[in-house]
Parts: sequence; C-alpha cells; structure tokens
Amino acid sequence: MKMNLKIWRQKNANDKGHFFNYQAENVSEDMSFLEMLDVVNQDLVKQGEEAIEFDHDCREGICGACSMVINGNAHGPERSTTTCQLHMRSFKDGDTITIEPFRAKAFPVIKDLKVDRTGLEKVIEAGGYISVNTGNAPDAHSIIIPKEDADLAFVAAACIGCGACVAACQNSSAMLFTSAKISHMAHLPQGQAERQRRVLSMVQKMDELGFGNCTNTGACEMACPKDISLENIALMNRDFMKASLKHR
Amino acid sequence: MALNSNIPDGPIEKKWENHKFKMKLVNPANRRKHTVIVVGTGLAGGAAAASMGEMGYKVKNFCIQDSARRAHSIAAQGGINAAKNYPNDGDSVYRLFYDTVKGGDFRSREANVYRLAENSNLIIDHCVAQGVPFAREYGGLLTNRSFGGAQVSRTFYARGQTGQQLLLGAYSALMRQVNAGTVEMFSRHEMLDLIIVNGRARGIITRDLISGEVQKHLADVVVLCTGGYGNVYYLSTNAMNSNVTAAWRCHRKGAYFANPCFTQIHPTCIPVSGDHQSKLTLMSESLRNDGRVWVPKEKGDKRAPRDIPESERDYYLERIYPSFGNLVPRDVASRQAKFRVDEGRGVGKTGIAVYLDFADAIKRQGEDKISEKYGNLFQMYEKITGENPYKTPMRIYPAVHYTMGGLWVDYNLMSNVEGLFVGGEANFSDHGANRLGASALMQGLSDGYFILPYTVGNYIGSTDLDKVSEDMPEVNEAYQQSKERLDRLIGMKGTKTVDEFHKELGHIMWENVGMSRNKAGLENAISRIPELRKKFYQDVKLTGSANYVNSELEKAGRVADFLELGELMARDALNREESCGGHFREEHQTPENEAKRDDDNFCYVAAWEYGEKGHVLHKEDLSFENVKLATRSYK
Repeated sequence: MKMNLKIWRQKNANDKGHFFNYQAENVSEDMSFLEMLDVVNQDLVKQGEEAIEFDHDCREGICGACSMVINGNAHGPERSTTTCQLHMRSFKDGDTITIEPFRAKAFPVIKDLKVDRTGLEKVIEAGGYISVNTGNAPDAHSIIIPKEDADLAFVAAACIGCGACVAACQNSSAMLFTSAKISHMAHLPQGQAERQRRVLSMVQKMDELGFGNCTNTGACEMACPKDISLENIALMNRDFMKASLKHR
Repeated sequence: MALNSNIPDGPIEKKWENHKFKMKLVNPANRRKHTVIVVGTGLAGGAAAASMGEMGYKVKNFCIQDSARRAHSIAAQGGINAAKNYPNDGDSVYRLFYDTVKGGDFRSREANVYRLAENSNLIIDHCVAQGVPFAREYGGLLTNRSFGGAQVSRTFYARGQTGQQLLLGAYSALMRQVNAGTVEMFSRHEMLDLIIVNGRARGIITRDLISGEVQKHLADVVVLCTGGYGNVYYLSTNAMNSNVTAAWRCHRKGAYFANPCFTQIHPTCIPVSGDHQSKLTLMSESLRNDGRVWVPKEKGDKRAPRDIPESERDYYLERIYPSFGNLVPRDVASRQAKFRVDEGRGVGKTGIAVYLDFADAIKRQGEDKISEKYGNLFQMYEKITGENPYKTPMRIYPAVHYTMGGLWVDYNLMSNVEGLFVGGEANFSDHGANRLGASALMQGLSDGYFILPYTVGNYIGSTDLDKVSEDMPEVNEAYQQSKERLDRLIGMKGTKTVDEFHKELGHIMWENVGMSRNKAGLENAISRIPELRKKFYQDVKLTGSANYVNSELEKAGRVADFLELGELMARDALNREESCGGHFREEHQTPENEAKRDDDNFCYVAAWEYGEKGHVLHKEDLSFENVKLATRSYK
C-alpha cells in the first residue's frame, strides 16, 4: 500500500508549527501504525532531515506513551486501541492520513508529536494514592474485598494515563483520568480513610493546572483505549459534592 | 579483585534476619542529610525510591520516559509468585526457594533466593494495602493460578495486567513521596555515566532529553534499577527504549558484568510477521494454564488447524513431559518449539510457529470464563495478527524476553564498586540460568521494597563519606567524556541509520547467541561484532543537534553500547562449556536433547571485568548446601 501523510511538525513549544506532506511506500497491512512511521523516519534521516519525534515505548498498548491524533481521533479510528496497537490493515491503499499531537492547553508540544503531560502526574501527586509506608501492611487476607468491588476497582485502575481523554475533550478536561483513579480507590476498603481528602485535593489540582471542566459530551470515553467509563466521572462528582459539604 | 558475596553466616532461614540485626542504622533525623540517586522507576527503582523517601532519605529518581509510570515493568502480564499457600496445596517459603533454585538450573546464589522467597509474602501484603486490585474469589479472598516450573498454584494476578497494577502501586507510593518533598523526580533524563570519587560511586551524569543539557548529579549512593538488555537482539519483548547504557557505563567504570550470556527466550510470543517488525509481543505464560501446545504429526502439513484431526496432532509438551505438561519452564518449552520448527513441523505462513490451542478449555469452561481470565491478551493477539483466538489456535514462537545476567552484586545488592547498588533485572543474582514465570515482579519488588532500603542504609551508616563537589576533577572528567561522546555521535554523517546497525547486530546475536549456541557460531559472532562496531563509527548517519530532543541520537548512544555488550555475551557463552537453563550449547546435551550441566567445572558465576585490552574473567564459586545439585527433570 501507499499512504499520503500530513504530519504536524513543530520545533518546540514556542514554534508555530505546520503540516508537512510525506509519502509512505510499500506499506504492508501487517505493519503497525508506528512501524509505518519508523519507515518514514528512516527515509528522512537518510535524506539528511530530522526524524519526526513521537512518544512510544512498549508498543503493546499498556505504557500509555503514544499520544497522537490520527484523522481527528486520539489514537486513531479503532475503538479501544492505542496508536501502537493500530495496524495498517485499518487503512486502504492511497488513503491520506492526518497526524497531529494531542492538543490541550495543559499539554504543551515539546517537538512534533511529542507533548508534555506532566499535568497528569501532578494530579496523581495531589492524592492518587493510599497512604501506606513500606512495612506497615497487615496480612493480605485481613482485608476481605467482595469480588464485584475488586473487579470494579480493577476496571477503573486499568487507565494507562495516556491523556487521550484530555485530547478528545472540547474543554481539555482531565475528568476521566482523575475519576478513574478516584474510583479505583473508592471501590476498595483500603481507600476509604482518605476518600474525601483525595477527591477534594485532586479536583483542585486539576483546575489549577488549566484542565477544563466536564460538559458530558462523552468524547473522552469514546477515545479511551482502555474503555474507562463515564460512570467514574459520576462517582467522582458525587464524592466531590459529599466531601465539599463536609469540609466547608 | 577477589569477589566476596558477603553471604551472612548461619542457617539459611536465619541469614537475612541475623544480617538485618547486625546492620548499622542511620538516625531518622540524619537521613535527610544523605542523598540517594535511584536510576529507573520500574518495580525495583520505583519501590526503592518510594521506600527510601518514606524513611526520610533525600532521593533523586531518574527515568527516560515522560512519566515514572511508563517503565517497562508496566507490560508484565501474568502474575507474581508468593509462598502464601492460600490454595492449601503444600506451598511454603522453602518450596518456592527450592523451585526457584531448580528452575534456575543451579546457577543462582542460594542465600539470595531464600531471602527472595521469604520476602514474597510481604510483597503481597504490601501491594494489597496499597490498593492493587488482585483477582479475588466471590468470598472476597485472593485467588491464585499456576505458572511454569511449579506444581502448586502460587501466582497472584490482576487479569493479564499484573505488572501494570503492581507498578501503579509503586508509582502511587512514589508520587506520594514526590508530594511530600522527599523524592525529586527527573523524568525524560538519561544516565550517561557514573561518577566515581575515591573508589566510591558518588553520582551520575545525565542528559535532559528535552533540552539536551548534560548535567552532574552528586549523591552518597547510586542505585541502578535500569532493567535488562534484551534489546541487544533488536527484536525482543522489551520496550523500544529499554537499553543497557546505564549498566554498561558502570561496567566500563569498573563494575563487573555477571553471566551476560544468560538470556531468557520466552516460548509464547507472537511470531515475526515481516522485515518491518520493530518489536515482539509476549502472550503471557499464564495462557499455558489452559492452552495446549501442539504441531501436526506430519511434516509440512498445511491444512487449517481445525481440519487436522486429534489423532494427527502432536501435543509434544504433554507427550515428553507428562508430569509438568504444558507448564514446563520457559527454557524447556522454547527449546522444544525450536526443535519442532527445525524438524519442519512448524505452522503458519512462515512455518516458524507452533499452535497454542484453547478449544478444549473453552469447551470445558465456556468462552466467558476464558475471556475473564485472558480477555486482554486475546484482544491484543487479534489486534496484532487479525485472527480470533477464540475460534482458531494462537500461533506462537519463542522470543527474547528477559536477561538473567546483569551487573554483579553481593548479598547486599552492592556491586564491586562501593556505593553502587543494583536492583531488579539489572542485577544478576536470583534467577540463575533460567527465570521462572512470575518471578521477575517478585524480585523487582523484593529488591525495591524490602532489601535495598535496608542495605543502602547499612552502607551509609557504616561508611565515612567525604564531601564531593561538582568542580572535582573526577566529576568534570565524567562530564567531559559524556559530552565528547555525544559530540562524536552527532557528528557522524555516514550513510546508514542507527536502526540498520541495530538490526544487523540483532541478526548476528539471534543466529549465533540465541536459543541454541555452538563454538563455531559464537566465534563467528566474536569476529563479526567488532567489525560491525568499527563500521558503526565510520558510517552511521545522524541528523539534527544534541541541543534539543533527538531520539535518533538517544538510540545511537544505546546501540553503541549494545555493540560492545553483544561481543561480551558471545565470549561468555563461548567460555561456558556446558548447557544450563536458557544457555544451550549444542555440544553439551543429553541423548534426549536436554541441557547437560557440568557442575565440576562451571558451578560458578562468571563476572567479567572491563579492560581496554579485553575482558578479564573472575569466578564466584556457587555452593549448594540446602538444595542438592541434581539434573533438572520435568518428566
């Protein structure tokens, strides 16, 4: 297959940035999307040009490093799929593919398709943990957790922190990301002691960092490669309300 | 230098306890005066940094990723072993210890492995307290599954994402310490060199991967938890950015590299589909709980798998190893898959694969149950291959997955360079010549949560640490060397890309230092790798500058180090005239094609010292006082 690529190139956060056109020849349908870009980059370097910068690491859909918008969709056209797990069999010969970085006020571009997602770290820092020092733990079986609760906690904890939810949201809201962590811990007995403090502090941090608010469009859920549900946002909102009333 | 493993005296069950009691302590009020550098944020690094932050040390934690949460521990799938004996099937600390020593084909250090087994239960307790959502029974208690090389169910898991959940536990602990101000995070920073002052590790040189700035960081202790070096083969299940540079730079500064040829080729990975392939994807060993491995009995049988009747299939693992069946250890399963392919009985388009079939398990347990256990793995398989494993068997083939070798460490996890500690996959200590499944997560967390925080404290408490400053000649020299190395690489304007050299190296390694090795092949590698290295420094092409983001430059530095490591791996494999675990020398096998050890001559750790004129071998003899040296059998 042959692909026409329109790729966003930007030198750094201060540069304006532009789309550039490239062609990828001899693309096999078994190639992953990033392998197709690898080939483009090899050609660029051979021609003496700089390679297109993009974040990637595990290429198994779990590390959360990849962060591109493909044809207007964060992580591309397939549902529940990270960019690295997207394969060229999802495209047709001669297709034009537009590739941009995740765009959000809180995610400044570093170079080309690489963005700075430190904001998500700060949100976790503000309270995305259960305060237990190494050596303090009771026997694992002293904490009984109904399977249903453990499963709900797991499903929320499956978030890979890629930030596609932020990129997909018209308000650049990080509510899906933040609520996934809050919900993970809210479903567990270990998470109860700090439940209210956690939600207040993480939501406050989110606002402080310039992430927008939620207007219930559901775009985040559609873009999420790990199927994190909007219900987490509802849980977070309830918890936030309760905690705000108590800690006035 | 003589190698002293510093194994404490006393019976094996008492060694760690006695040792902890004899350790020098650092007063809580004094801990904040000591800076500890931790490089890496995976299970070992993240856990160590968080735990030492909690204790009150001033910790500086570095990683190359944009977030600590993306370290490659995140991709571990199947589970983590512990000797809880919850299933009541006869497990114990001693049995976990025994299985691990045997699984490693008697090339690990007994005392270290015993301590690992002891710590295993503490890890589960701690992770549950952190909120790690392990799989549970309806009654609310934890559940287990089986992994290779064991006849008990001792593996705790969170679907096929156990590594992710454990790492997020460590990451949350780490972020809590960042918030508390005890840990300072340096993400997107790469370690380029170790700073040694008066024979002691006192800091590191790093490159800020965004600004390109080369920096000096000083400390009282340096802890390296930088993972394994499987990417020397180009194709592996490691993350794209996994590399040996931090460890190799320490090696060049004097730290011994132990058993470099001990690599794990994992039996169940998705086969290579073409030349464009950039990495390989693992299908968790846990699948062998329910999947059955087979090939057609006839050579070159090209029928679709479902058209091959039961009587014309060879479930070869069940046939050869009736007592362990599909759950033989990884080295054994990999080798047998290779034998089948070499016999011409491989399957799929390329003929370089075997089947892993779930039809029986789905019939017995239903599709829902299988999906609950392995849903994400099946989904991943379908995305990559375009085939549905609920309907047709998976095609799998061995791929490079883990490296048992690494920097040499003593019982305290300190290398032969004082003040340089090494944890997790980056050290060599616990898995001998073959790691059992679900033991890597256990070792990373044991090192990070429960060993390094003690032994690093003991070192600080018992050592007179002089003042160091950034203008000392040793510091400046390391800084200048790193800068010169970057300048040299960025100035290379040849004709071939970094990846082309990496692929060529990977090809030499896989062909000659891969699943099966022989003298001629190893000698071939030893002559070809230096030639390739020479060509690299003549003909590699880089673009852009070292003063901003440049991922080609990052790769170039890493591949340059792989080009040195590869040769050492071949030399180590050539030196070890025996077969053990994942190291299979064709000259040394039993009539049934099993690995044939030579305990009289090779019951030692090969620790290599770097020298400009070539490597020098040091031997640490291994003694087995508790587990009797025996031929490993899974029949």
